[in-house]
Amino acid sequence: MLIIGEKSERIPLTICGYDTKKGTVSFAFHEVGKTTKELGLLDAGDCIENITGPLGNPSEIKNYGKVLCVGGDVMIAPLLLQVKAMREAGNSVTTVVGARIKDALMLEDEAKALSEKLYVATDDGSKGYQGLDFLKDLLEKEKFDRCVAMGPVVMMKTVSETTKPFGIPTVVTLTPIMIDGMGMCGVCRVTVGGKMLFGCIDGPEFDGHQVDFEELIKRQRLFLPEERLNSMLWEIGGCACGRK
Amino acid sequence: MAESKPRPKIRKEAVPMPKQQPKVRAKNFNEVALGYTEEQALEEANRCLQCVKPQCVPGCPVEISIPIFIKLLKEKKFAEAIAEIKNKNALPAICGRVCPQEEQCQQCCVVGKIGEPINIGRLERFLADWERERGFMIPEKAPPTGKKMAVVGAGPAGLTVAAELVKLGHEVTMFEALHLPGGVLVYGIPEFRLPKSIVRAEVDYIEKLGVKLCPGRLIGRTYTIPELLKNGIDAVFIGSGAGLPQFMGLPGENVGGIYSANEFLSRVNLMKAYAFPEYDTPIRVGKHVVVIGGGNVAMDSARSALRLGAEEVCIVYRRSREELPARKEEVENAEEEGIVCKFLAAPLRFIGDEKGWVKAMECIYMELGQPDQSGRRRPIPIKGSEFTMDTDTVIVAIGRTPNPIIQRTTEGLAVTKWGTIVVDENGKTSLEGVYAGGDIVTGEATVISAMGAGKKAARAIHEYLMNKK
Repeated sequence: MLIIGEKSERIPLTICGYDTKKGTVSFAFHEVGKTTKELGLLDAGDCIENITGPLGNPSEIKNYGKVLCVGGDVMIAPLLLQVKAMREAGNSVTTVVGARIKDALMLEDEAKALSEKLYVATDDGSKGYQGLDFLKDLLEKEKFDRCVAMGPVVMMKTVSETTKPFGIPTVVTLTPIMIDGMGMCGVCRVTVGGKMLFGCIDGPEFDGHQVDFEELIKRQRLFLPEERLNSMLWEIGGCACGRK
Repeated sequence: MAESKPRPKIRKEAVPMPKQQPKVRAKNFNEVALGYTEEQALEEANRCLQCVKPQCVPGCPVEISIPIFIKLLKEKKFAEAIAEIKNKNALPAICGRVCPQEEQCQQCCVVGKIGEPINIGRLERFLADWERERGFMIPEKAPPTGKKMAVVGAGPAGLTVAAELVKLGHEVTMFEALHLPGGVLVYGIPEFRLPKSIVRAEVDYIEKLGVKLCPGRLIGRTYTIPELLKNGIDAVFIGSGAGLPQFMGLPGENVGGIYSANEFLSRVNLMKAYAFPEYDTPIRVGKHVVVIGGGNVAMDSARSALRLGAEEVCIVYRRSREELPARKEEVENAEEEGIVCKFLAAPLRFIGDEKGWVKAMECIYMELGQPDQSGRRRPIPIKGSEFTMDTDTVIVAIGRTPNPIIQRTTEGLAVTKWGTIVVDENGKTSLEGVYAGGDIVTGEATVISAMGAGKKAARAIHEYLMNKK
């Protein structure tokens, strides 16, 4: 969880790298709303108000055998940490990286270097496969023991729906709206297997076959009008209160 | 034979607290109670009988020498009076505002038997505000003991422990998971009951005493308790507070517009969503707000919703007025502001509109049966009495369960089946050198009971630290 300044909101970001010698952690984020746009404007050496973490339960890394890792957009970055860890645990890893369009695709080379096999997909087909339909053919040809999906909720939903008929245990990483991120506010509640669970305390990883994605998508969009307004006000140079 | 002096006549009524008018205050987040002036404080203090065997002191969880500070106040020795309070209580401006004095010190007040009890809380508040406006005096500390102490959570329990132990010469580091210190005092209790600048000032005082505050450290994740103990910390106090909000498990509970009280109040208090878009965290409050529950948190939520522009706010409580767990004063304040209470009713399900936002709530009427384990009469649904309420914002304020992170990451720490930490009468847990107090032990309770627990634990920790090799 991080907060840029006293008046900012707290947002959850997934750690995608670290350097214990330098004492640094890295994040990859999309500049979608005011907070992420503001974050994008910071330069090396700038300060933010607070950062707390790592939070949530550690990922389950074991030797499963053959693992399929699917990453979309900026979540490809943290996915690659998992790819690396899965390989180190003795797994054979096939990775799929995807984005909306060709130009938005990141870390393709890194993914290639880390994985045994790499597939690329884009929503519009401007690079690699168009969409994730090819996954079905892939699963029919090859047997996987586990699937890890990190990316936009819609992508994780598609991956989970594709792996379900094949009975491949599928882990998705959810970052619902959070305020404290440490088990207090309850806004990050998700329905998993008909039970109410909390993204911050029980997650971030959940069984993709049990998650109610439709509900999650609706809950992600709860404050969209306010988020848009705030982003717009910020872009036109701050609001009447004088704050930039 | 000793001549009996004629008894001075005592005013039976307490000096009323000046307050913002209900209609005005329902539209702003400024403090409702304005505090006594010096004249009012002296007038109220003069009602105190200075009992030889004071009944009020045993009623105070932190054992403030009440008659002594009131005597000093009467003599206009304000600095000495506040020093007397601070000897026992490091957070007087906070306690003077949010303690349920009517159930504690004031309940036992002798004057209360013939009229209204002395308003001890308001006098405490007067003195604390008097001092804060003039700058805090920092009391002398004991010489350093060389012992290191970690306090987990900068809420009422943790702040009390930290203040007590630093004064005794121990080196105290306080870890706070959020970016701001204060715990429930900053995320839970609204600005209009407890201004955040006051919390900040009292925390500053504790820092000035020498406590090192580390915000943004979630113990159990950033460091675990065994890690702290392995790295040179001699004792740990856990005051991590109440955690996850409880929900009812009803259909439709996850549609938009249904907030837990924790979420609602955190957005408003901690993140200052009432000042959106000056502050970035949004909140959406509709026209018809329903609050479910009858405690202080429900009252705080309802009154906040009103201030955020709701046209009507209705508290739905499954028992009757007599069983309301909220402070009477807060219920009165809420009703004065125009909040309506619907008793003996409970929700059954929530109905969302096509955009996934709540539009109605189906309820059922209840009647009261035999008392249950809590001693309160159990509400029983009346068959066939279902009804529907239109609403666009629901706040669920039915309590919280303990935050599980520390329990899950501390091997050997004994926990009850409810997830609270098991302690003995001194706050000692099942692990050596580890103590706990406040909501994490008792489940949701009051600020002052957490402080009382902190006080007790501090005494035991001091003894432990001094006897430890």
